[in-house]
Parts: sequence; structure tokens; C-alpha cells
Amino acid sequence: MMSASQSKTINIRLRVWRQESREAQGFFEEHELKGVLVDMSFLEMLDVLNEQIIKSGKRPLEFESDCREGICGTCSLVVQGQAHGPVRGATTCQLYMRTFTDGETITIEPWRAKAFPVIRDLVTDRRAFDRIQMAGGYTGAKTGPHADANAILIPKDLADRAMDAAACIGCGACVAACPNASASLFTSAKVTQLALLPQGQADRKRRVIRMVDQMDKEGFGSCSNLQECEAACPKKISIQNIAIMKQEYLKAALAADFRAGMGSADGGA
Amino acid sequence: MSIELNPGIPEGPLSQKWDNYKANMKLVNPANKRKYSVIVVGTGLAGASAAASLAELGYEVKSFCTHDSARRAHSIAAQGGINAAKSYPNDGDSVWRLFYDTIKGGDYRAREANVYRLAQNSTSIIDQCVSQGVPFAREYSGELANRSFGGAQVSRTFYARGQTGQQLLLGAYSQLMKEVDKGKVTLFPYREMLDVVMVDGKARGIITRNVTTGEIERHAADAVVLATGGYGRVYFLSTNAMNSNVTAIWRAHRRGALFGNPCYVQIHPTCIPVSGNYQAKLTLMSESLRNDGRVWVPKKKEDCKKDPSSIPDEDRDYYLERKYPSFGNLAPRDISSRAAKEVCDEGRGVGESGLAVYLDFRDAIKRDGEAAIRERYGNLFDMYHEITNENPYRSPMRIYPAVHYTMGGLWVDYSLQTTLPGLFAAGEANFSDHGANRLGASALMQGLSDGYFILPYTVTNYLGTHAQDLLKKVDVNHAAFESAEKEVRAEIDRMLENGKKGKRTVTEIYRDLGKVVWDKIGMARSEQGLKEALAEIEKLQKDFDTDLLLTGDSKLNKNLEMAGRLRDLLELGALMARDALERKESCGGHFRVESQTPDGEAQRDDENFAHVAAWEYKGKGQVPVRHQEKLVYENVKLSVRSYK
Repeated sequence: MMSASQSKTINIRLRVWRQESREAQGFFEEHELKGVLVDMSFLEMLDVLNEQIIKSGKRPLEFESDCREGICGTCSLVVQGQAHGPVRGATTCQLYMRTFTDGETITIEPWRAKAFPVIRDLVTDRRAFDRIQMAGGYTGAKTGPHADANAILIPKDLADRAMDAAACIGCGACVAACPNASASLFTSAKVTQLALLPQGQADRKRRVIRMVDQMDKEGFGSCSNLQECEAACPKKISIQNIAIMKQEYLKAALAADFRAGMGSADGGA
Repeated sequence: MSIELNPGIPEGPLSQKWDNYKANMKLVNPANKRKYSVIVVGTGLAGASAAASLAELGYEVKSFCTHDSARRAHSIAAQGGINAAKSYPNDGDSVWRLFYDTIKGGDYRAREANVYRLAQNSTSIIDQCVSQGVPFAREYSGELANRSFGGAQVSRTFYARGQTGQQLLLGAYSQLMKEVDKGKVTLFPYREMLDVVMVDGKARGIITRNVTTGEIERHAADAVVLATGGYGRVYFLSTNAMNSNVTAIWRAHRRGALFGNPCYVQIHPTCIPVSGNYQAKLTLMSESLRNDGRVWVPKKKEDCKKDPSSIPDEDRDYYLERKYPSFGNLAPRDISSRAAKEVCDEGRGVGESGLAVYLDFRDAIKRDGEAAIRERYGNLFDMYHEITNENPYRSPMRIYPAVHYTMGGLWVDYSLQTTLPGLFAAGEANFSDHGANRLGASALMQGLSDGYFILPYTVTNYLGTHAQDLLKKVDVNHAAFESAEKEVRAEIDRMLENGKKGKRTVTEIYRDLGKVVWDKIGMARSEQGLKEALAEIEKLQKDFDTDLLLTGDSKLNKNLEMAGRLRDLLELGALMARDALERKESCGGHFRVESQTPDGEAQRDDENFAHVAAWEYKGKGQVPVRHQEKLVYENVKLSVRSYK
């Protein structure tokens, strides 16, 4: 019943990425941590490291985290070369020290992608994701009276599939894991969610065209079906979404009525 | 001098008050709306929904958040669901019943008119969210699914797996991004609000710090909305996110906004217990689990360390079912938490620390099958497994209460305006509609009610009423901005300078504060304990002022941000102790050991305490002044809150 590992500890060596600013040259800094409890989370281990750094009078290591339960998408570390570390279907904050062995050297880096520049140390600027959302990741519904929520029935399996796509937490691990630094998994999750639901139909074509175009503008690479994104995704978002997005994009781009509409001031369709 | 606060409740019968407000409010004509700007601080459910809705009306909105993206606000972590009086299951629900359950759930310490309006708005919220494409759970019929939450005998909770907060927030966020794309909302991410700027008696702007560059900035507007969440992080360990903090509302409090009921804190009964002394954050296990999970501890102390599956039914104490047969495992949070503490205090707690009780799914799995349970709670079970390394499908979860939500906050009137004209507070940041205890799945409802359906009206009314003043635009070079910025800078410089000399890190002082507040202003509060808390917090304040160790610079420096927040939390902790000390009754989450019934339930004192306590800041180290708003019950009879 009681976890056998309760008070077990390990000693580890850390290689952490330090970078003063976006422009500065980064480097790996080494630290040793002794007596790390294996039931600690990875980020709690970094908290302990920071206390050690502060006590020695140095500038603490900057890394991001917030909810620490895998839902806010804030934490974003490449651990041992893998986005969010070696455990599948988990964010960095859901990584536990029991994953590592005594004496192991652990390398910690920021997300590395042109569209996610480093701000400091392990913190990157992921606002490009917001700009992709701005381009069309919504239904256009305004605040006000709407039809009763049960007026349009949505089959359970459709609602479930929409929810599978909607589970994306916007962390950017898909980009960090992709050799092309493509944001296709992120973008396609939103496109798919809204394409599946009746509420997303009115601006369906405009949405996919604008979101994909924005993704390209931000400097994310193309998808070449390497599937690294799906493997790294803490929410196990399926790459089927990317296939759906490509289909949606093609359909929208070929639709004559939509092409005509693109010329109008509001983007048409 | 203590004053009697006027909540400004509209005339008329309860069910018509909000309609009356809307019928009599001042409007702003469509062409004039673009002449007004509104600052909204915070992008959780209340902030994002308010910012998007105000922008849709035509106002120029500036939206601020501390994260890189509005989508990261802590509403994202809400798991279980959102209440609405839709009555789809045909089980006897109504606006009145949701209103009544909320008033009773809050132990008769909330304002009737606000709560009724909340219940009225609840149904529109679901329609709104569905129109945004929020993928709520559905039945095979294609209709929306419902489940039950604590303190209710109907199924009125809508949900999206165990990620309801995420889906509702992403809905509000997407609506906000739509307005950003249209140019009606300007986003200011990476900003922490450090002061409210008052010009000629009205809130006309804020001072922010860009957390990535350290720049101190001035932003002017015609009204300011604070939707910056609660202050549960005063306990250090809570289910709140690392960046949740009191700073925005505390700085407003320092500028003169009264703080309502700071001692009302919700301690959630079902969290993963503390293990070790390195933790910075606790994890909630949703209340929805109590739809199927049964809470118990062994009857005999000597069984506490045994394998739970080896303990036969007759040796188990399903204490919630025993004590509260009509609500059983779905007794409200304050009551369930206290009951857990009680059995652990008796020495019947389980787990290594003895500070845990079992939440057991054995019977539900036997009844419905593992697949059904996985379908309902899979992500929560996975989360539990990851953290504890134990499989809850095989052995019961171990849970213990933890700080989760704060009912107190900035005092607001019926229009959600604080005592500072032009400064509004929404969501968890205001002292809210939940009285002394919030019911499960009601926080999401309140945040969205405030943002989508109340502020668009009340902010408009404010702008329309003060049009003459507000159309004279205030410039950020105004002396009030100048001096506010100077104070903010001085405080940061002082912390960085002092920080070079001290020995105690932010985390060390913060942890100590958390322990004092948890031990003495937690689930049981006594006069002696509260007095001790005041003295101990004063000592920690001294540590902070004279012995703080702070390294790094004024650019991106999480530790510096935390130091500023800790400074405010120390003051808040003292105010909570004072508030708890003055409220010599037990109600909801506020349990004074001196005031209990013979069977250990909270004993209210309606004669002396049927009021809101709203505190006025008098300066650092000065004793604050306690004001009152009398709570008038015209529709509900004050009675003993029983769930037996």
C-alpha cells in the first residue's frame, strides 16, 4: 500500500541551460544535488536547486511553471533531450524523480525553436501560439442570448472527439519535439475541435486558412509526418488532427466562394 | 470610525431586482463607446469573459496577465464542473433552488440579491459556452450530461471530463482572442499589476511591471476591473497555482478599497496529502469523485496501518454517510473537511503521516465496472497514480483537506464596484456570492456570471453616469501616476537592496508564514491561536524587512516577483487573523472552536454576526478598521444549516 520509495533518495548531477537574455550566448552550467527524494517532482527538485543557488549568492535559474498539475501548459523543459522528459503523456511538472537513477546526469534545456525565442535561461516566449489563436481559433459567438444549449444535439462520439482535440494545453512540446519546429499539432487540434462541432461551421473555411497562414508567418516549419509531436504531447493529441487540418485547408482553399470572399475586408466566408 | 456599508441593492422583489437594475441603468450610446477605455487585470474566467464582452460592446479594452498567454490563468485547473439551474434532468431544480442551496451552502453569510442574480445568470452561461464550442460531456442522445456536486440534491453540474475549467477558460479565451484580432482588445501579457492609480477620487489606471524586462509602466483608462483571483497562496501549500497571489487586490486595498471577510477560506476535503517538506503545491482530486467514491477510515486505530483491502466492512467507518445520511459522501466541503480532520485528530487517520482518509471506489467498480469509472474519472485517476505511484483502481485513494479557494476578497456592491469609484472586482477576487463556504462547481459559474453578464451592464452604467468627468481624459503624465510609479519603484529597489544583506530566502519565510496560517487560521481557529498567529506573522514581517536574502537582478526574476507577493501576503495573513478573531462565531469554513454545537457542528451567532466584515487599511503596521454591511434576509429564513 505505502509506496516503497517513500523516503528513498538519489544523488544527481544536473547540466542546466543558462542564458542571460535573448541575445546572449547560452551555456550549460553544472550542479550537484545530493539526497534528492525520489517522490519529489522534477520541478520541486529544481526549487531545491534554486534555494541552493540563492544561498550561494548567485542568480537563480529561471524556469516557468504554474499549476503544477499538468493542465496550464506553462512548464516547458527539454529533459534528457525530450520535451517534458522521458515519461509519455506527462508535462514536466508531472515528472517525478523516481524516473531517474542514482548518479545520473540530467540535462535540462529550453524549448528550442525559432518561433520560441529564449527570454532567459529556460524561459521561452511562446506568444506565437496566441497569434495563431487570434487568427481564427474561435467560433465568433458573442456574449448574449443564444439558443438553448440542448437546441442542437451533438452525438456523444462527436463531442468526445472534439474534446480529445480540445484537451491541448498549448505548452509547445509538439514544436520542441519536431525536427522542423512545426506547430501543426497545436494548430490542428483547434481546427479539428471546431470543424467537428456544429457551432464551428459558419467560419470553418476562414478559420483554417487564417490559422495555417499565421502559423507559417510565425516561422514554424512544415509537417513532414515524423510523428514526434504526438509522442511528446502530454495530452496525447493525435496526429490525425493534422490530417484533418490538411484536408480542411485544401477544401477551403479550393472553395470558389471562399476565394472570392478572401478579397473582402472581413476575410469573407 | 466604523461605517455601515450600502450594497446598493435595487428595489423590488428578489426575482425582479436585476431586471430593475437593467431597466434603470445609464447607457452609453454606441458611437460614444469607443471613447472609453477599460482596463481588465487578469484573464481567468471572470477577466477573459469581461474583457471580451466589454470589447464586443465597443469599449477599448486593455487586458493584462502575468503569463505569456491569457490561457494560462488558474481557472484552467478547475476540474469538476459548473452549476446551472437548467433542470435538464427534470429532478426538481430551479433558479430558486440553486439560489437557496447557495445561500444555505454559504451558511447564510452571502447577500440574497447577488446570489439570486447568479442563479438567474447560470442558465445563460451554459448556452453561451456551448455557442463557443465548449465540448461539454453529452449523453448518447446528444443532450448535455449532468452530475451532482456537494450540498445539492439535484444534478445540475455540467462538465467536460475532469477539465471543465480548462474548456470554459479556453472558450472565454477564444472569445477574447477574437476581439484582439478585431483590434478591440490590446493584450498586455507578462505584466504584474502593482498599483491602482486614483485621480480625483476615481480609478483611472494602473502601474504594472513587465516581468520579463523589469520595466515599470503606466496605463490609463476610464474604469479598472480586477479579476485577479483569490489569495489561497497565503497558506504556501494550496491547490492554487504558483503564480496565484493577492498582490493586485492587496495594492487596491492599500489604496483604500475595503477587504471583505478575509477569514473565509475554503479548505477542500479531497486533495492528495502532503508528503515531505519540499512541496510547493498540492493537487486537488475533484469533488465529483464523491459521486462514486466512499470516504472512510478504520473504526479501530490499530487498523490504520493495515492494507485497507484487508479491513472488512464492519470495521470501516464511512463517517460522512454515518453523520450526514441525507447528503452522505456529498456533504459540503467545509463540513467534509472538518469531519476528516476530526477522525484524524482521533488518531484514525491513515497513511504514513496519519493525516489522510480513504476515498474508495471499490463498490463503484464492482457495481459499474472499471471501464465506466475510467470513463468518468480517468484523468483524475491517472493524475493520482502519477503523483503517489499508487493505482486507485486497485487500492483506495488517500486524501486530506487542503486550501483551495477564498470566499473573501475586495468588498463590492451589487454592481461589483469596490469602495473605490471606477474600480470593479470580479470572480474570486471579490468577496463574492459564496458567503462563508462555496459550493462545488459554483466558482466557474460566478466568474463567468460576473464577466459575461454583470460587468458589461454595471461598467456601462458607471461610464454613463460619470460621462462628464470621464470624457476628460487622464494622461499618464498626471501627478498621480508619477507618484504611484515612484512608490512602486522604491519598493522594488528596497527589496533588491535589502536582499543583498539578509540570510533567509523568500521560500523560507513564505513556508513559515504558510505554516502559521495553516495551523492557526485553518480548519479550526481559537482566540489564543489567532493571537499567536498575529504575533508570529509580525515576527515574520520583521524577518522579511531585515533578513531577506534575494539574488539576481530586476529583469526576469521569479524570486523578486515572489518577494513582492510575499510582502503583501504577510500583511494579508495578519488581516485574516484579525478578521477571524473578531468574528466570534462559527460559520461555513470559519470554525471557531469556542462556538460549536454539542455535536461539534458550526454554531452561528446571527444576532451579532449576520454581516459582512469589510476592513479598511490604515498603513503598514497600523491597526485596520472593521466596517460592516448588514445582511438582510427577506426571502430565506435563517436556520440551522443541516445536512443530516
